[in-house]
Amino acid sequence: MAPLKNLSSVYRAELVHRFKGCGLTSASRSFSTQAPTTGNIQPPPPPPPPEKTHFGGLKDEDRIFTNLYGIHDPFLKGAMKRGDWYKTKDMVLKGSDWIVNEMKKSGLRGRGGAGFPSGLKWSFMPKVSDGRPSYLVVNADESEPGTCKDREIMRHDPHKLLEGCLIAGVGMRATAAYIYIRGEYVNERLNLEKARKEAYQAGLLGKNACGSGYDFDVHIHYGAGAYICGEETALLESLEGKQGKPRLKPPFPANAGLYGCPTTVTNVETVAVSPTILRRGPEWFASFGRKNNSGTKLFCISGHVNKPCTVEEEMSIPLKELLERHCGGVRGGWDNLLAVIPGGSSVPLLPKHICDDVLMDYDALKAVQSGLGTAAVVVMDKSTDVVDAIARLSYFYKHESCGQCTPCREGTGWLWMIMERLKVGNAKLEEIDMLQEVTKQIEGHTICALGDAAAWPVQGLLRHFRPELERRIKERAQQELLEAAAA
Amino acid sequence: MGFLLHALRRSKPLLRSHLPHPPSNALRWISSSAALHGPASSLDPAPVDPPPKAPVGGARVHIPNPEDAIEVFVDGYPVKIPKGMTVLQACELAGVDIPRFCYHSRLSIAGNCRMCLVEVEKSPKPVASCAMPALPGMKIKTNTPVAKKAREGVMEFLLMNHPLDCPICDQGGECDLQDQSMAFGADRGRFTEMKRSVVDKNLGPLVKTVMTRCIQCTRCVRFATEIAGVQDLGILGRGSGEEIGTYVEKLMTSELSGNVIDICPVGALTSKPFAFKARNWELKGTETIDVTDAVGSNIRIDSRGPEVMRIVPRLNEDINEEWISDKTRFCYDGLKRQRLNDPMIRGPDGRFKAVTWRDALAVVAEVAHQVKREEIVGISGKLSDAESMMALKDFLNKMGSDNVACEGNGVSPNADLRPNYLLNTNIAGLENADAFLLVGTQPRVEAPMVNARIRKTVRATQAKVAYIGPPTDFNYDHQHLGTGPSTLLEIAEGRHAFCSTLKSAKNPVIIVGAGIFEREDKDAILSVVETIAKLNNVVRSDWNGLNVLLLNAAQAAALDLGLVSNPNESIQSAKFLYLMGADDVNLEKLPDDAFVVYQGHHGDKSVYRANVILPSSAFSEKEGTYENTEGCSQWTVPAVPTVGDARDDWKIIRALSEVAGFCLPYDTLTGVRARIKTVAPNLLNVDDREPSTVTLDMKPSCGQQMSPEPFRAAVENFYMTDSISRASKIMAQCSSILSKK
Repeated sequence: MAPLKNLSSVYRAELVHRFKGCGLTSASRSFSTQAPTTGNIQPPPPPPPPEKTHFGGLKDEDRIFTNLYGIHDPFLKGAMKRGDWYKTKDMVLKGSDWIVNEMKKSGLRGRGGAGFPSGLKWSFMPKVSDGRPSYLVVNADESEPGTCKDREIMRHDPHKLLEGCLIAGVGMRATAAYIYIRGEYVNERLNLEKARKEAYQAGLLGKNACGSGYDFDVHIHYGAGAYICGEETALLESLEGKQGKPRLKPPFPANAGLYGCPTTVTNVETVAVSPTILRRGPEWFASFGRKNNSGTKLFCISGHVNKPCTVEEEMSIPLKELLERHCGGVRGGWDNLLAVIPGGSSVPLLPKHICDDVLMDYDALKAVQSGLGTAAVVVMDKSTDVVDAIARLSYFYKHESCGQCTPCREGTGWLWMIMERLKVGNAKLEEIDMLQEVTKQIEGHTICALGDAAAWPVQGLLRHFRPELERRIKERAQQELLEAAAA
Repeated sequence: MGFLLHALRRSKPLLRSHLPHPPSNALRWISSSAALHGPASSLDPAPVDPPPKAPVGGARVHIPNPEDAIEVFVDGYPVKIPKGMTVLQACELAGVDIPRFCYHSRLSIAGNCRMCLVEVEKSPKPVASCAMPALPGMKIKTNTPVAKKAREGVMEFLLMNHPLDCPICDQGGECDLQDQSMAFGADRGRFTEMKRSVVDKNLGPLVKTVMTRCIQCTRCVRFATEIAGVQDLGILGRGSGEEIGTYVEKLMTSELSGNVIDICPVGALTSKPFAFKARNWELKGTETIDVTDAVGSNIRIDSRGPEVMRIVPRLNEDINEEWISDKTRFCYDGLKRQRLNDPMIRGPDGRFKAVTWRDALAVVAEVAHQVKREEIVGISGKLSDAESMMALKDFLNKMGSDNVACEGNGVSPNADLRPNYLLNTNIAGLENADAFLLVGTQPRVEAPMVNARIRKTVRATQAKVAYIGPPTDFNYDHQHLGTGPSTLLEIAEGRHAFCSTLKSAKNPVIIVGAGIFEREDKDAILSVVETIAKLNNVVRSDWNGLNVLLLNAAQAAALDLGLVSNPNESIQSAKFLYLMGADDVNLEKLPDDAFVVYQGHHGDKSVYRANVILPSSAFSEKEGTYENTEGCSQWTVPAVPTVGDARDDWKIIRALSEVAGFCLPYDTLTGVRARIKTVAPNLLNVDDREPSTVTLDMKPSCGQQMSPEPFRAAVENFYMTDSISRASKIMAQCSSILSKK
């Protein structure tokens, strides 16, 4: 019923787009008539109407990552030209509380997927040391399928990350930062190593960093390519040289993390945006996006769009605008869209009727039972075998499960096996419900979030593409019947 | 077992109707109580309300500081617990049994099986109760639909790849997975795909592996690394390909490896010698103690008919906790081999001939009368119980001889003061120590349970361990100070670097191995040790850290009873030698014309020299008192009938005394014990330790000089130390495969 009801609105939106589609650069505020939320899906009471009703169309002067595409010099000289390391000393000297408060004011939420308010997270670190040092660990183990934002930062703007390490490190009173890079990121690692060397030589890091009197070291560690090591506690285990298996929480890393010391694990993007936020002021950053979803964000769009890209955009930009403005639209036109995974492989996919008017931010996507995740938008057009796509994701999670706890170790494999059968319809109709139940048995019962991440894509598929599954099962049953009759 | 009973009560209406009382409190479906664990009361109905529930398994809580107590609510009932307890422990105290696989109270928390999920108010997800610390005012719900569903889901996942081979699985009947799936699982499976299978690992001659059954709870891995102190087991692979194994093709070389059989909740690790031998419900359990070392580990002998089928540990927090050594566990097949069935006399042709008891005793009595009284020597063996040693001593004394000794106690042992030959700190007390000085003792082979305790202390408190003796294996950090008494002298004179550690220690412990009893200069060594003890405040009114670690089960009781003659000297002039199970006595100096009576249960070393053999019963077949190295007396209980015509040791001596005309004044076990009471009353206080009196200044000074000869290892082959383990085929396999040469 929902798709039917939505048909007219889709059509209308399409018309609007066609009409406005020509003037991309000047159309930054031209979609203001469009409601921020969808018509047919009932979201929780939307945040109080902001003054701004339309988002997107980030101006060039508001971009944080000004060398995202590597057209300028990624290293110190170029970075300083772009404003990195400018007045870093002053920011460090303003102290931890100032940094954390500014971050809180900016409303920055963790860019790694969970969207936890960063200022708040940083403030969990002990104010007074009990003898143990504090550590900042930067999670650069970017392995979520579809996500490629940290890669761009590290290879084209590594100084943003390094400066962010210093700022965040001072904010959480850390003595050192460990950057855990995914093993496959070889060039990124080399660039980052080079940038780190430059920063040390220029006195920006190390003893008396930036001349502020604060000693701060940055270490770079290479992972070995396990997805699970992107989970914060598994990352810490891996960093300590053990098997990358998540730890039980509590104790949380802020109490006992790396080598048993207070630790905060943050995403590359979160760290890298922090110096710019402090320099330009939290109000500037908070002026983007809806309330509670403020800021700019790197979106990585892949799949069936004409120009897949990674782009910095304003939060709360409508998905459709994001695709049309930066990616040249869906392959074969918007009507050829089948579904979109809006935030990396671990969030449920959205069918076209939701994609029509959903906003790309934490709350709006949560309201449609998906999530922003890492903002890795995977677009699937109608040529996609959506069941196969999700089955492949299930295989990925089965392959990457660390095997520590039962529901994930056993459940992810089972999900994959059922998905493989559903792909060809080799199942009974009841098994669709069983699959749903199995995902629910995994979700929330595991040590880390990988169990949830494995369950959600399947749940999304069942939620939105159940008729497709039923069709395949019935067709196969029919065919088998015919074959049996013919034999 | 409680789970199973509950499951039966809940799930089978037919069966339920056979039960005397219908379950009256059907809502509290996972409730269990201490009463349920007793066989007799297990079918009593649970009280309706208010439910005054006893803690699970008799769990008790001690709150040292009342201010640290917090109150939590388990299913609505308030329970007071000390801070820092987990939710699972709180539930146990409240009398709610939480199902679990990976959680084990003596191992670190893994939290990976997810079976113990409970609902906690205000928590969005069910929490793993084994890992979650209980917080004040926490409202824990164990029987809500969320918790039940979570458990059922986890159980379904566990059973998914678990083979359905219960009928051929040795764990059947005592399997946690079986029991808990009955209680908490769904009544049917939905998994229709192929099951995973895993290649079995070779862990050695003791532990059989069927790794397909493994549910990856990692208890065995944690046991090996934490308790046994070997890094042999680990997790390989990830995801559904995860396997438990030795990283490289390797056997598990630990003296405690058998315990992984007990802690494995499924049939993945089972006993290799016990494989396919019996079902656990066919077995009769007899709670007794072990005699293969001086620790006196508490064990249960499981027997079927006249045969000992297996030995498993029994919980005793003060002695062995819930572990036993491999020798204790697997020496039982020695009880069936090389046994002496009938009294035998060696004929003129040198061959033994079976005779009747009457003839054998008559011959012995006759010879005993022909020799001079000082030519009569009696030596009791390693495995002798206090009653028979009492009888032997009384008998020989009546015959006029005072030459009664127990092997292993060496030259004129100092038996005047009990603290001089006991582990005064107590095994459990070792946990309070913060510095250890091991003198000529290799606890890992001499007393694995004491070693496990030292390791536990070292792990928990980073206590320092120093060792003087021949190079040997330790499974914890230690300093090897030297090999001989000269190092000891250096410490006594304060010249050694370790002195500062010992001096600064709050509760220092010195453990002297009983191996030095055999040395000529043992008095000198002991007096140097005492000097060290005095200098470092080892013996105080509130702490006695001066210990002797004995080797054999009989030693302590023998010294208590005064079997203190000097066998090495008296044996040279002996004409009548009575060996009561003594197999490790050096008989080379024995005159050729001496008449040797061997009374014992195994045809072991001394039988070759014996003229008469009197068959006696082994520890599994008799009631006897043993005193362990810390001075705690315990009883063995007969589990199986004796073999052939064998009799209890003390009964043989009593009969012999009558035939010989020196009739002993007792003819019941109570009578012997009454006699013991007049000599060593502490032996009758079973399961009790006499507090040791502090006696450093009460000993006369010693004029002896220490010889520079280095200490020697007291136990050469851990797996073969006495007549039973020497007769055991399993132990023979172990010593050939596992002993490090």
